[in-house]
Amino acid sequence: MAVRSEPAAIRAATGTGNGLRHHQLGMALLAAALVFAPLVLYPVFLMKVLCFALFACAFNLLVGYVGLLSFGHAAFFGTAAYAAGHAAKVWGLPPELAVLFATACSAVLGLAFGWLAIRRQGIYFAMITLALAQMLYFFYLQAPFTGGEDGIQAIPRGRLFGLIDLANDLVMYWVVLAVFFAGFLLIYRTIHSPFGQVLKAIRENEPRAVSLGYDTDRYKLVAFTLSAALSGLAGGTKAIVFRLASLTDVHWTMSGEVVLMALVGGLGTVFGPIVGAAVVVSLQNYLAGLGHWVTIVQGLIFVACVLAFRRGIVGELARLVGKPL
Amino acid sequence: MTEFFGIPAPVLFGQLLLGLINGAFYAILSLGLAVIFGLLNIINFTHGAQYMMGAFTAWMLLNWLGLGYWWALLLAPLLVGASGILIERLLLKRLAGLDHLYGLLLTFGLALVIQGLYRDAFGSTGLPYAIPAELRGGQNLGFMFLPNYRAWVVVVSLAVCLATWLVIEKTRLGSYLRAATENPTLVQAMGVDVPKMVTLTYGFGVALAAFAGVLAAPIYQVSPLMGADLIIVVFAVVVIGGMGSILGSIVTGFGLGVIEGLTKVFWPEASSTVIFVIMAIVLLLRPAGLFGRAG
Repeated sequence: MAVRSEPAAIRAATGTGNGLRHHQLGMALLAAALVFAPLVLYPVFLMKVLCFALFACAFNLLVGYVGLLSFGHAAFFGTAAYAAGHAAKVWGLPPELAVLFATACSAVLGLAFGWLAIRRQGIYFAMITLALAQMLYFFYLQAPFTGGEDGIQAIPRGRLFGLIDLANDLVMYWVVLAVFFAGFLLIYRTIHSPFGQVLKAIRENEPRAVSLGYDTDRYKLVAFTLSAALSGLAGGTKAIVFRLASLTDVHWTMSGEVVLMALVGGLGTVFGPIVGAAVVVSLQNYLAGLGHWVTIVQGLIFVACVLAFRRGIVGELARLVGKPL
Repeated sequence: MTEFFGIPAPVLFGQLLLGLINGAFYAILSLGLAVIFGLLNIINFTHGAQYMMGAFTAWMLLNWLGLGYWWALLLAPLLVGASGILIERLLLKRLAGLDHLYGLLLTFGLALVIQGLYRDAFGSTGLPYAIPAELRGGQNLGFMFLPNYRAWVVVVSLAVCLATWLVIEKTRLGSYLRAATENPTLVQAMGVDVPKMVTLTYGFGVALAAFAGVLAAPIYQVSPLMGADLIIVVFAVVVIGGMGSILGSIVTGFGLGVIEGLTKVFWPEASSTVIFVIMAIVLLLRPAGLFGRAG
């Protein structure tokens, strides 16, 4: 079994094989918390957290399990937001088809960007993804269908499957929760599949994975596309929930925010990005009145995390309990 | 009036000149990034913020201390370079031995902090900075009007780039630097104080960025976010040129500036994306970059 021969360090970081009872426990706790959360917290706030949590999990799939730091993930999030907004508002598609269309758009874009970006490694990969995302930003700034600085506003939430009216926030919340769990479980399944094991092998030692006969570029490209598609799922859902798609969604600051969420929660942990998203979104809400200080505080958190807290919240927790989380 | 492809000559040459000026900034900034990356293995995301700090330092020297452009050209790189040395000593030093990506994340966070602080202090709108009296006016070349200040920026940037290249390629100090880029342990063993060299190199790269910022202050408005989008373009320039060669960075920087300027004349809508498109094409044809080594 390839699983058995993994060094302890990797096992500690990502979890392996069958001993995943604590993961199931974690997921049950998470599900219970999210089911009862609307009793104490605003559904709109929770939906924001869930959309960004899914976005951060999708991003983490790439950086945490393949070791590829993308600094341009806003491209996929924002593209999906525009696609869903356009499909729902101009074409009048029902929400489920609009989000599906948005996810497909991001997947195609991810395939194209990934195909270019995986030609270089490490630091160059980050710079290329950032530059490609910036190119797309300028494109959307000028393209007529995005509405420029105004964005696409008043996107209709519509009726799910033509039956369920999503205008009510609580109803919308259950739908978002279902979307989030579907995406999260897909990522979880991917990480712990044989495919995921190869991804981790690439992260640890790419030349060795190549020498074992794996076409690492293909694995990287599939992982990149999957990550882009799931970021798109998050972005499309976000556009339907908040009825807005704007330039903020494609700007490099958004790419930075998703990096921050994954970093705060713990890179390469299963639950970290969710915790990170909750922390960062709460912080934004809390500091919203302080204007520029939001960016300053976010920058300081970046610095503090990199210098003293590289494992992130869940990573530290995992070290305390001695189990991968 | 002379025309080229239906474009009046003054418009064409005016944009070409502006392209050369942008190219000069790309060249100086990518040069600094390459030198820093060579020795520290860090991509300095703070570079754009440090370019902005250079411009603001010039503005503060003028408005608070009454020191003009020429003083700023000397003092701003020194002051901002000194702040860079502090950053290296206090923060970047702690990342030795870690994955490169942590350096990127740390300097990204620093850029957010610096840009946020300047925005808080000076607001988001740009502040004007006058062209120094000696460089006002311009020359009529017959086919176009050449503003003196713009000519000065191109000439002095080229001089600074070439001087940097000469120092690195032709002097003893430069040979230490190149050797330490290849193998720091060995150079340390031969009695060179490598940690000090690393610190000074970072300071020098940052000072170059600040120098570009002072040059830019009279052309563009001095604003807290002036470096934020620029640094992303410079990243694309670095990917296109590859960081292996100093001369390569300079040529790529100027060349891309000119191409961007020409695009502004012939297809204005594409001018903000043309460099990224070129990057994509280069990645397809020569993944290591025009002057780069594989990696």
